[in-house]
Amino acid sequence: MADRKDRVALPPVDAQKTNMTCHFCIVGCGYHVYKWPENQEGGRAPHQNALGQDFRKQLPPLQQTLTPAMTNVVTDGNGSRHNIMIVPDRACVVNSGLSSTRGGKMASYMYTPNGITQERLREPRFYAGDQWLDVNWDYAMALYAGLAKKVLDKDGPNGLVFSCFDHGGAGGGFENTWGTGKLMFSAMQTPMVRIHNRPAYNSECHATREMGIGELNNSYEDAQLADVIFAIGTNSYETQTNYFLNHWVPNLQGATVDKKKKLFVGEATPATRLILVDPRRTVTLSIAEQVAGKENVLHLDIEPGTDIALFNGLFTHVVERGWIDKNFIVARTKGFDEAVQANKISLDECSRITGVPVAKLMQAAEWAYKPKAGGGLPRTMHSYEKGIIWGNDNYLIQSALLDLVIATHNVGGRRGTGCVRMGGHQEGYARPPYPGKDKIYIDQELIKGQGRMMTWWGSNNFQTSNSAQSLREAVLKRAQIVKEAMSKARGVSPEQMVDIVYDATTRGGLFVTSINLYPTKLAEAAHLMLPAAHPGEMNLTSMNGERRMRLSQRFMDPPGSAMPDCLIAARIANAMKAMYAAEGNTQMVQRFSGFDWKTEEDAFNDGFRKPKGIDSQGGDTGDLVTYERLKVMGNNGVQLPAKAWDGKRLTGTPMLYTDKFDTDDGKAHFKPAPWPGLPATVAAQKAKYAFWINNGRANEVWQTAYHNQYDEFVRGRYPMAYIEMGPGDMEVVGAKAGDVVEVYNDFGSTYAMVYPKEDMKKGHTFMLFGYVNGIQGDVTTDWTDRNIIPYYKGTWADIKRVGSIDEYQKSVSFKNRSYTG
Amino acid sequence: MSEKISRRAFFKISSSVAAGVGATVGGMGAAHGAAPAEAGRATLPYPAKAIGRAGAIQAGTPLMFNYPDAASPCAAVKLGKAVEGGVGPDRDIVAYSTMCTHMGCPVQYDGKGTFKCGCHFSQFDAEKSGQMICGQATENLPRIQLQYNSRTDSITAVGIEGLLYGRQSNVL
Repeated sequence: MADRKDRVALPPVDAQKTNMTCHFCIVGCGYHVYKWPENQEGGRAPHQNALGQDFRKQLPPLQQTLTPAMTNVVTDGNGSRHNIMIVPDRACVVNSGLSSTRGGKMASYMYTPNGITQERLREPRFYAGDQWLDVNWDYAMALYAGLAKKVLDKDGPNGLVFSCFDHGGAGGGFENTWGTGKLMFSAMQTPMVRIHNRPAYNSECHATREMGIGELNNSYEDAQLADVIFAIGTNSYETQTNYFLNHWVPNLQGATVDKKKKLFVGEATPATRLILVDPRRTVTLSIAEQVAGKENVLHLDIEPGTDIALFNGLFTHVVERGWIDKNFIVARTKGFDEAVQANKISLDECSRITGVPVAKLMQAAEWAYKPKAGGGLPRTMHSYEKGIIWGNDNYLIQSALLDLVIATHNVGGRRGTGCVRMGGHQEGYARPPYPGKDKIYIDQELIKGQGRMMTWWGSNNFQTSNSAQSLREAVLKRAQIVKEAMSKARGVSPEQMVDIVYDATTRGGLFVTSINLYPTKLAEAAHLMLPAAHPGEMNLTSMNGERRMRLSQRFMDPPGSAMPDCLIAARIANAMKAMYAAEGNTQMVQRFSGFDWKTEEDAFNDGFRKPKGIDSQGGDTGDLVTYERLKVMGNNGVQLPAKAWDGKRLTGTPMLYTDKFDTDDGKAHFKPAPWPGLPATVAAQKAKYAFWINNGRANEVWQTAYHNQYDEFVRGRYPMAYIEMGPGDMEVVGAKAGDVVEVYNDFGSTYAMVYPKEDMKKGHTFMLFGYVNGIQGDVTTDWTDRNIIPYYKGTWADIKRVGSIDEYQKSVSFKNRSYTG
Repeated sequence: MSEKISRRAFFKISSSVAAGVGATVGGMGAAHGAAPAEAGRATLPYPAKAIGRAGAIQAGTPLMFNYPDAASPCAAVKLGKAVEGGVGPDRDIVAYSTMCTHMGCPVQYDGKGTFKCGCHFSQFDAEKSGQMICGQATENLPRIQLQYNSRTDSITAVGIEGLLYGRQSNVL
């Protein structure tokens, strides 16, 4: 009865109120956190509760979302217990009071000893031979810093390997990217670093940046102002929810036409249209057809991996038709003619490769690029995400897309346009320059036996890498060598243990550390785990997909001795500094100096606010931004780069490239992108196996399910990664809804729960990526593009029925996830 | 003396609050309007309310009713196959709040086991205890607990699993 959840405690009017930007997806919805003593409750009359709502009667729809998941009871370090409530902020321009199924659960995911989060790491843990033991930070540092120093001294920095976040939100933020970056790049100076979601230290947007166009170049408001939204490989209802609901949907419904007329005087405002490129009919597509009408939605269901051909075909076509901005091309771009030649594909050829009928291709070109009544070019916003980022191949697709976008002047300052990533996490990058010259395929290095000490920092590649099974196998084998050596050590000091571990690494061993909120799957390999904090337990800044930077304020203590990543980095650096100081090594003492941070704000001031010599999304005006100023700006924050502080408000930059692009000559550079076909490695899997294993995210699951796996709302919904299959293919495999199947190919094998999808094409599937039970990455190939960006979306495998689990059949819904009205 | 006055004042305030609550709930037509924090019980004082005869509910057509008070719309549906917690001779009748747990918009029954919200497109499975199929809610659809009397074929609502949208407590 206690879990009936049929009532909640209301915040009294004097409850503490702080700002919180949702720390899950890139959109960064604004929320307010209320905190008040556990033994107090606000009253139901509007003047008796901090929400100002009248709970003596039923609230009308849309008035105030407030669910049990938005509440919790937390304990501070001094033992005092408090109610918390985290509810969306109506005044935030990002979400206007909307909550998503992810952000709406933030309160549930704050630490409480007997709640969803009870598995959080509270103290450092050390794997003592055959069991996990809590140790204190001094012991953990004697081991970690001692071993790191020994490796650095004996082998140089390449023995120290990292996989680390580079983003904002939880497991990130400007404070933490700076702290970790300064440790890895300035102090240790190791190039052996990969990023959480890709196996090297690289950008996901090399091509577009080289062309002079950063990937977050407009505002969410531009999606309200566009004539056409051209969405490529992005399922935004599920993965950028309130950007879609609060900005796209009103435009698709015609609700922003007055705003358009006011801004674009005398310009035609036809019905807004959506062109969606995706081989699968997504939930987003189904909703768009509801809100815009099917006649205003065009689905380009291309063959997997043929995006480059699609954009080259459209590019060739619009150039032939003259639906381009010649003045703009002359004045503000370079390399147009070369790109036209290199990318030339007829519509017939484009249709043959992509599988999209010529008529549909022509319709897409007319909608998006044919001059409007009155002569002006349509304002077409292009948005893309993992269909391109993890596509075939990242560098060339972005080149091909941007060629089309630049030629049609859909980037470069016109409101209602832009060519933008939709994004995964929020952003929050501020680091010293990467110390390597070339990009290093870190997973392959580990598999080859390179490195002595591996640290997974706020990342979990056992679930989220390509060819993940090969990586796990190699790391587990190498970690076991160290475990066996450690288990034989009896009564040794930390210094002696360092020698024992180091010796084991000379025999192929790998010492593994995981710095995270939870043990995660990495605990199977790790020897040391360090407990980290997340937003709410620390002050944390990030920026969203329109470069809107906000401060999420600390409102409670982290569990146990957990601490922010930047302060963990400082602790490691200071421990190593002390060891070098004891030896009188002044040169190394110097390298490990500059970590005298007491708080995360110290790290912020040391990094983000440094205007020169670092790579920062704050640019050279980061020094304008302070915690105090961000508090003033609240959940609306400031769009980077910051322009000025007038004593009361920060002003920022809604749209980039209004005057010049980000190149030496200030021009946008076209980039040739000829259609390359499928990579040989991938084509071999396609030739050998029956099913395309498309994959990606689901609305309800955040990342590796690191919180969700303990939350019955999500775990009960998806006890195992699902794989969507069409009815014909299910019959071929002999599987019914909810059956467990094995998915296997040359690269690995994994398991999934069959989820029927009526409209799935024959031979196509879609599997939930990165999940904790059923790891899709096991069957992804090891192929990458020139910048070591994997083609996660491109793998083929066979599927075999394993059996049926009664509980799945009984409790899991297998109804259509798309919205059919 | 001052202590006595303050105690008297306290009782006066308490009784007026209780009367206020009673009046509000009475106005809604609910039978049990006691304050939620009643000593000796850990559940809210849900009323028992007859909603109709099982034989009168047709598969695919929801029976609309209000529970636990007039401000809370609900629907009973006959699924055509027995489910956990289903009532009636075929154990296939279930009932849910029709206010979406996300932001309170009305959910519509599609006649095939799904409740759908047109505001932000959340969907709930009536055959799986109101589980969210896809959507932006953080809670499944509140389920109305039903009791069935086979002698009279009548169905009675007796409680709710989950918090209704727009309320601090299910019982106002």
